[in-house]
Amino acid sequence: MSALLRAAGGPHRSLGRRWSLLVAVFILSVMASSVAASVVRTGQRNGTTIHTDSKTNGTSHHTKKAFPVLSINYDYVRMPFEISLWILLASLMKLGFHLVPRLSGVVPESCLLIVVGLLVGGLIKLMGEHPPVLDSKLFFLCLLPPIILDAGYFLPIRPFTENAGTILMFAVVGTLWNAFFVGLVLYGVCQATGEELGEVGLLACLIFGSIVSAVDPVAVLAVFEDIQINELLHIIVFGESLLNDAVTVVLYHLFEEFANAGTVTLVDACLGMACFLVVSLGGILVGAIYGVLGAFTSRFTSHTRVIEPLFVFLYSYMAYLSAEVFHLSGIMSLISCGVVMRPYVEANVSHKSYTTIKYFLKMWSSVSETLIFVFLGVSTVAGPHSWNWTFIIVTIFLCLLSRVLGVVGLTLIINRFRIVKLTGKDQFIVAYGGLRGAIAFSLVFLLPEDHFPMKNMFLTAIITVVFFTVFVQGMTIRPLVELLAVKRKKDTKHSINEEIHIQFLDHLLTGIEDVCGHYGHHHWKDKLSRFNKSYVKRWLIAGERSTEPQLISFYHKLELKQALMLLETGGAAANVSMQNIQPRRPSPERLIPHMPKGREEEIRKILRANLQNTRQRLRSYSRHTLFEDPLEEEEEDFSEVQMRKKRVEMHRRMSHYLTVPAKPETPPARRVRFESDNQVFGSTPTSTPSSRFQVSLVPSIQVTRAPMARMEQMSQESVSLVDESSQQQDSEGKGATGSDGSLGTELNVIRGETDNLRLPRCFSDPGPNKIDEEDEDEEEHFMS
Amino acid sequence: MGGFHSVPQDHRYRDLADKTGFSLEQIGNLHNRFKQLSHNEDTLRKDDFNKIPDLACNPIRAQIIEAFFDKRNFQSHGGGTVEEIGFEEFITVMSYFRPPSLNMSEEQREELRRVKLRFLFNMHDTDNDGTITLEEYRHVVEELLSRSGALCRETAKGIADAAMLEVASISMGHMEPDEFYEGITFEHFLTILKGIEIESRMHIRFLNVDTTVLCK
Repeated sequence: MSALLRAAGGPHRSLGRRWSLLVAVFILSVMASSVAASVVRTGQRNGTTIHTDSKTNGTSHHTKKAFPVLSINYDYVRMPFEISLWILLASLMKLGFHLVPRLSGVVPESCLLIVVGLLVGGLIKLMGEHPPVLDSKLFFLCLLPPIILDAGYFLPIRPFTENAGTILMFAVVGTLWNAFFVGLVLYGVCQATGEELGEVGLLACLIFGSIVSAVDPVAVLAVFEDIQINELLHIIVFGESLLNDAVTVVLYHLFEEFANAGTVTLVDACLGMACFLVVSLGGILVGAIYGVLGAFTSRFTSHTRVIEPLFVFLYSYMAYLSAEVFHLSGIMSLISCGVVMRPYVEANVSHKSYTTIKYFLKMWSSVSETLIFVFLGVSTVAGPHSWNWTFIIVTIFLCLLSRVLGVVGLTLIINRFRIVKLTGKDQFIVAYGGLRGAIAFSLVFLLPEDHFPMKNMFLTAIITVVFFTVFVQGMTIRPLVELLAVKRKKDTKHSINEEIHIQFLDHLLTGIEDVCGHYGHHHWKDKLSRFNKSYVKRWLIAGERSTEPQLISFYHKLELKQALMLLETGGAAANVSMQNIQPRRPSPERLIPHMPKGREEEIRKILRANLQNTRQRLRSYSRHTLFEDPLEEEEEDFSEVQMRKKRVEMHRRMSHYLTVPAKPETPPARRVRFESDNQVFGSTPTSTPSSRFQVSLVPSIQVTRAPMARMEQMSQESVSLVDESSQQQDSEGKGATGSDGSLGTELNVIRGETDNLRLPRCFSDPGPNKIDEEDEDEEEHFMS
Repeated sequence: MGGFHSVPQDHRYRDLADKTGFSLEQIGNLHNRFKQLSHNEDTLRKDDFNKIPDLACNPIRAQIIEAFFDKRNFQSHGGGTVEEIGFEEFITVMSYFRPPSLNMSEEQREELRRVKLRFLFNMHDTDNDGTITLEEYRHVVEELLSRSGALCRETAKGIADAAMLEVASISMGHMEPDEFYEGITFEHFLTILKGIEIESRMHIRFLNVDTTVLCK
């Protein structure tokens, strides 16, 4: 098997190898499951035999048995063993699919997993065992929360709040419309056809309608992740699938109660509406409370970093369970917990914990999703079915029809209030993306048999609808998206210019709204963020990070990323460097000839060659992501980054000494050298000469969060020096900045910064200047 | 809305509506707001803007106010600033924040994008030389971060420098060490902000209903 794996990387016939590998994996897993099933039987038998043996031993005392060298006791580990086996099976399947790229490109993963489930279920049935059915309790308590938490924690807040109205309309009104339309028309059809269908009561139809009309977040996520559609559509469909849980819960319980009671009154209907508000708002409130608790707890975890992720998971799960206790909407509670908790937790928690949280969430949600789909397939084989052509065909047709009508109708209303209107293409995707999934299936399973004698028929119908949406709609949505040329997701993250301007626009629009006298969207957002900053953040975020504005943190992250990119690529020479944008003094006279380029190149080549070792080590660190997470940033261990940053700085300074032809360090020469590199010339008499001679290369180390701050400070210091000495009528008079220029990092060197990384080894060359204490300290630190 | 329309004003409104694209009700509301801000005078001065209480906590307040008095935004040819503006200039500046209409062709969208980005450009380019220099950009970033308190100018400078570098490297490609990048021209500005869809972002909702009663 391993040999096969190793050999699978060959270029020739790799596809054939991959297929054979996939088949091998599949057979192995099927064998494993069948072994499990048979072991169950034999294990039970063995367990009993050993038991009786021991009993006889106890009573008789003189029947001598051979000491059992090897015995089987399967019962002991039965439950965890089976669970682990299933999870392993599901993961192996997932692994297998991605080895065959052509397949995963055409068919979405969910379909393949269901097919696998069908096959496994069929196999188990062939062996004579009863295949396990998707237990609703297991589903709702164990399988669903990770997926929802993952979705909620990484929910893109900005598009969500901007489109909140639209999403709510679709979720609430749309689901209600779907439920009633399907329920009522189905009832009409049932009555019309008569025979066995005539027994299906109105309430039964309504409850069926409400179950089947809810868009399923799991299925939507699974399919939309593949097709990478633009943010607006994604958030609309996905947000709708999350928020309609409240509606589904209320309708379900409402109709269940009515089925018990037998009659419906107006009061009950009004209570139903009140119940809806309670369910949704209550769920959100419960989630928010747990979220705040979680954020508050994370404030104190600076000494126990290892268990930080645990708090996030536990508080969220508790939020879900607490909401379920009161029959509130667990999904909404989970979402609001994640949303509330996230900004504060991320500010408090270490980088490693952040990565852990992210990867654990992704892992669990991926496993859950896989298991859900596999079980769906297995349950299809297992579950009691009663096939009724009319009912099923009508159901499918009605689902599609009501979805289309609902979306089109609602969009007409919504577009009157939206500024960026939804086009026809958008509407089509929203309608087509309304997939049903496992939640509907589980809800039908929960129906009590006595009130709903036609439960099996419902089950069959639901499974058919789910299959239809997942297979037909799931498979065809990708080519349709391409055919209609729907806008895709923007790959790139924002550049710093874009980020600056987005922030600028926010403030600008808020200001204009204030001038207009109109308290609009921006105004309230601004108020909320100010409230957040002045009160909430102080309580929930530890330390001085609470005052850091978003632009700064964005910038730090960007710097980190650039430094990492720099290291991994070995630092391609940047096209533009600081000196290109610095305003220069017009006097062109150079007092020292610039070092010939050839020499510079030589030196760089030498340094580059020495760098190979370091780079090897760094490259092996690159990570493989499970998912293409659009929100993922590259992060690394902080101390490592700091080390590297220091190295980069040192090298910059070194290269400064190297790029300039070594003149004896007479003060005039030094002055001149610095001047020439700064391209600042002696023609500025009035600027304080003393400041220029200051060789304190490093300003006082400021405690900033990102180590990069020092580097930027270096570049800034040089810039500020230019300001000072270039004596411009700075409108702001900023020339007199307190911290003096660090002359070491002048502009030529900053170009060097973007060149290759130098090794600390170079420091063994004594620089022409005396390096001051700080450098020495760092050197020591490095060399040791 | 009330019976504010006398015949000449109505006529004027229609002209403005044609020129700026607002509806008559929106113009009426904005006129009420104008009167409220200017205390029933005919012109607005900078002090009147300063008196808006909500605007006080806005970090880029000064630039916003400047934009209203900047001749370049009046869609007439000319630069410089004025001391006071009338209703027509007020509503012309406001018209930059109108949303795109539903059925706009690609060229119209492009044109709208240019117009809005030109407005932003003018806000940054305070000395009206056609380019945003490093100093001006630094000023922008500093103002943006000015309300954050604890942060020093150095970080703002660093951000502005990094941003400028990015613009230069995108627009100019490779530059020799002794070449000098003058500043962001309007074309470069368009290029770097292509990613954010300005025409969908830069708008506010102009109501047809009068809200001046509700706010100060």
